[in-house]
Amino acid sequence: MKKLNHVSRRNFLTYALVLLAYAVLQFLSVQGSLSYSLTGMLVPICVYVVMAISLNLTVGVLGELSLGHAGFMSVGAFMGTAAAMLLENAIPSDPLRLAVSMVIGAAFAALAGVIIGIPVLRLNGDYLAIVTLAFGEIIKTIFNNLYLAVDSNGLHVSLLGNIQGLDTDAREIIGGPMGIGSISRISSFTAGIILVLLTLMVVFNLVNSRAGRAIMAIRDNSIAAESVGINITKYKMMAFVTSAALAGAAGTLFAMNYSTITANKFDFNTSILVLVFVVLGGLGNMQGSIIAAAALTILPEALREFADYRMLVYAIVLILVMLVTNNPTIRMFLDQVRVRLIGRKKKEDFNDAV
Amino acid sequence: MKKKKFLSLALAAVMVMGCLAGCGNDSSPSDESGSGSGGETTSAFKIGGTGPLTSDAAIYGNAAQRGAQIAVDEVNAMGGIQFELNYQDDAHDPEKATNAYGKLMDWGMQLSLGSVTSKPAEATSVLNYEDRIFALTPSASSPATTEGKDNVFQLCFTDSGQGAKSAEYISEKGLGAKIAVIWKNDDVYSKGLYDTFMAEAEKRGLNVVSDTTFNDGNKTDFSVQLGEAQSSGADLVFLPMYYDVAALILSQASTMGYSPKWFGVDGMDGILSVDGFDTSLAEGVMLLTPFNADDEDEKTKAFVAKYQELYGETPNQFAADAYDCIYAYKQALEAAGCTPDMSSEELCDAMIKQFTTMTFHGLTSDESGMTWDETGTVSKSPKGMVIQNGVYVGLD
Amino acid sequence: MTFLNYLISGISLGSVYAIIALGYTMVYGIAKMLNFAHGDVIMVGSYICFYAVTSFELPPLVGVIISVILCTVLGIVIERLAYKPLRQAPSLAVLITAIGVSYFLQNAALLLWSSNIKMFPSFFKFADENGELQSGVTLAGGQLNISYVTIVTIVSCIIIMVALTWFTGKTKMGKAMRAVSEDKGAAQLMGINVNATISLTFAIGSGLAAVAGVLLCSAYPTLVPTTGSMPGIKAFTAAVFGGIGSIPGALLGGLLLGVIQIFTQAYISQQLADAVVFAVLIIVLLGKPAGLLGKQIREKV
Repeated sequence: MKKLNHVSRRNFLTYALVLLAYAVLQFLSVQGSLSYSLTGMLVPICVYVVMAISLNLTVGVLGELSLGHAGFMSVGAFMGTAAAMLLENAIPSDPLRLAVSMVIGAAFAALAGVIIGIPVLRLNGDYLAIVTLAFGEIIKTIFNNLYLAVDSNGLHVSLLGNIQGLDTDAREIIGGPMGIGSISRISSFTAGIILVLLTLMVVFNLVNSRAGRAIMAIRDNSIAAESVGINITKYKMMAFVTSAALAGAAGTLFAMNYSTITANKFDFNTSILVLVFVVLGGLGNMQGSIIAAAALTILPEALREFADYRMLVYAIVLILVMLVTNNPTIRMFLDQVRVRLIGRKKKEDFNDAV
Repeated sequence: MKKKKFLSLALAAVMVMGCLAGCGNDSSPSDESGSGSGGETTSAFKIGGTGPLTSDAAIYGNAAQRGAQIAVDEVNAMGGIQFELNYQDDAHDPEKATNAYGKLMDWGMQLSLGSVTSKPAEATSVLNYEDRIFALTPSASSPATTEGKDNVFQLCFTDSGQGAKSAEYISEKGLGAKIAVIWKNDDVYSKGLYDTFMAEAEKRGLNVVSDTTFNDGNKTDFSVQLGEAQSSGADLVFLPMYYDVAALILSQASTMGYSPKWFGVDGMDGILSVDGFDTSLAEGVMLLTPFNADDEDEKTKAFVAKYQELYGETPNQFAADAYDCIYAYKQALEAAGCTPDMSSEELCDAMIKQFTTMTFHGLTSDESGMTWDETGTVSKSPKGMVIQNGVYVGLD
Repeated sequence: MTFLNYLISGISLGSVYAIIALGYTMVYGIAKMLNFAHGDVIMVGSYICFYAVTSFELPPLVGVIISVILCTVLGIVIERLAYKPLRQAPSLAVLITAIGVSYFLQNAALLLWSSNIKMFPSFFKFADENGELQSGVTLAGGQLNISYVTIVTIVSCIIIMVALTWFTGKTKMGKAMRAVSEDKGAAQLMGINVNATISLTFAIGSGLAAVAGVLLCSAYPTLVPTTGSMPGIKAFTAAVFGGIGSIPGALLGGLLLGVIQIFTQAYISQQLADAVVFAVLIIVLLGKPAGLLGKQIREKV
């Protein structure tokens, strides 16, 4: 019982952290003391936070390494944005249209999650990782060759080539390698924060439920979990598809923040970027994911002072952070500091190892 | 859990560092404008641009930045109008371009060079339009960059113009009876050229016998594409792509013993100055390009010499376009009598008026110069070039 | 004939993947680590060889040897500074560090050698009976074309494969490597210097990367700071395809991947070539979850 209280307190603190960040940033923004560049980065930060939390569900909670998370983001981005463009007249209200398209984006991403999850979750370890990478690349290739247009005769879809025989009033929505252009940018920081809170709610509720405990049991020892009657496939799917859906919603939010997106944006490098957030923030640690995603999204921008050396410095910072956070001496030192500050060691420290 | 706690702490530390650095950035523009009011900064126009200074498109961004810098240094040395140039890295990504644009706004950008590559330019040009910052992009050629934006102008040809021109040229000169096209399937530039080329080719009854593509994942081996072109008997191959891949295609074709006529686009320019490239492979390559580094014209010679002196390389078309942008700005600002203390909105209006009425002579235009229409599209005549003995020769 | 030509192209592309995959599989097999910086070590190796041959005008063979030596040193330095402190850390932490190293190498290369492309010189040109330099042999009356680079690459692949198999199977150090790969703790107890063994693995892997780099750039001569990343990912796929950790598997996986890619382009779709290649990979892994030649390890309760 005591432990449950502790968990819910920690979750509460996470919500509070997000809300506090929102309040402070909104206050600064109203005051006008927020720089142009930081204002422009608020939405992407929210997107990457959601991406990190959702990937953490797969990697940290379910314990399976995924290298294709950007693929789900891409499904959400393309499908959500296409939906928003089609619904432009039906739903004139921007926030409502954004919400609806995020739901549609999430639904398509969840569908992709199911299709991919069936084969992927039969595999283990690095083989699973490479198959997710493969699916990420397949999704990218498909969107690079997908054409979608609408005219008075309805919706036209084509793979591989431009759509022929369209009416003169036709509007191209997805243009293969051109991606989607002239998107009306209806994403907002508030929508981003709401999505972050919703994501946290979904993930916390899942993790702290019966299903969540089953998922973690599978992570810790799948054979033992199976022997006590846990349906491995079902729970693995549950975590994987939830993670995909959340990434899809994040993708929609992301796409609607820019006037143009292409499939190449959601490649292996983006998947890796999100994985870096998750590992840096700590596996299974949602609070860590939030902080890591925000910090590492701001970092390259803060490093612009270094001009040509920017990405070099970024790489060095990344390596150093990994070395420092995994250094036993420093870790022990910080543990002592914490013991002195808080005065006690938490029991959970021992049974919640990464 | 130990680790988690610790990681959070460490990350918090990183983030604080990041924020401090961020705040440092925030304060710098105000510092500059503060001190500037008394001294030198108000006397210079602040020009900003984004381009891929890193990533695999870095070659284009770096060239544009260097070309613009040379022009700025020259203009500043003349006295008169003064410029301050700030190029920010966008890694060829609309998201990072938006961030880079934000950085430039914080710096106090008054005039913009847009973005170097097309997709980032589509993202930043919308911001240019909303913030009323005039933009003249050196090289973002997709029509979507300028579409619907009264204050975004291009100094390069649009993809659509160029694709159609190429087909027209091939058809009028009767260059090829059977034509093969190899294009890049995940690239906006190549796709834009391909689409308009094919449309015009159909209109003119050109016989396209082979149509093959590649993408980033498999841009190493072209045996299939070249094999198809060869077996279908194509005597002219159209390559709507940049020179890095084109160089590879030419060398593989030579290994295969396939030697059709090659027809390139402005992105092909630069192929002769690739380190270690056997220029005999490019013998007979035809291309439409606005710039020719071997031109005998004084301005070009001076620019190429300066560029080689500073960077040890021969400038490509991107460098020349960016160089021209700065001089076009100089001419427009002088004609409009603008001063650096004017707001960016005032500058924007003045520039729209100037650019739609003036004629500019630069490295990338011929004697008749270049002009712009209200849509922001440039009108200049491309030079048909053919490579002979490792140098460009006019085609006509 | 076209079919045979495509087959040859596929083998030549595949042999390049294979030689990169050998390095991946070597490091993975022993250190149980996905070394994502491997592709970038390849790029560094190519640049070193490029400058040795063009700027210092050394003979190609000397250039290759210098490149191998410097890459080996680079591999050891990277291992010492970035991977060794993480010996006890979770494997994902090492993965992220490897990605950091990959970013570092790419951006350092960008600053050092600029973004301009370099055309790698072709070493493998030999005079034919008429005294003309040829880059390949033509068979069947000029219809078939096999370049020397392909032949050299395949021969190198086989030599390296045999040498590695011999090394890990017969020598003392090789046996130590296998012991470390089976069980680090037990190996330590048997008096094997685990750290030194892993360092040696990286040294060998990086040396191989230099050879792979030279062969990659001889076959596909454009050299830029990102040259190694895409072939790196493809080769990683090839290594998994053949069964990661298995040395013959890397060769088989690489060759198959190359042939499948070319055949897909030729007979199915160029636009979807990547998707088809990856789809084949997925299907193979579903049938044989440890890759074609990988060891199937039964998990014990």
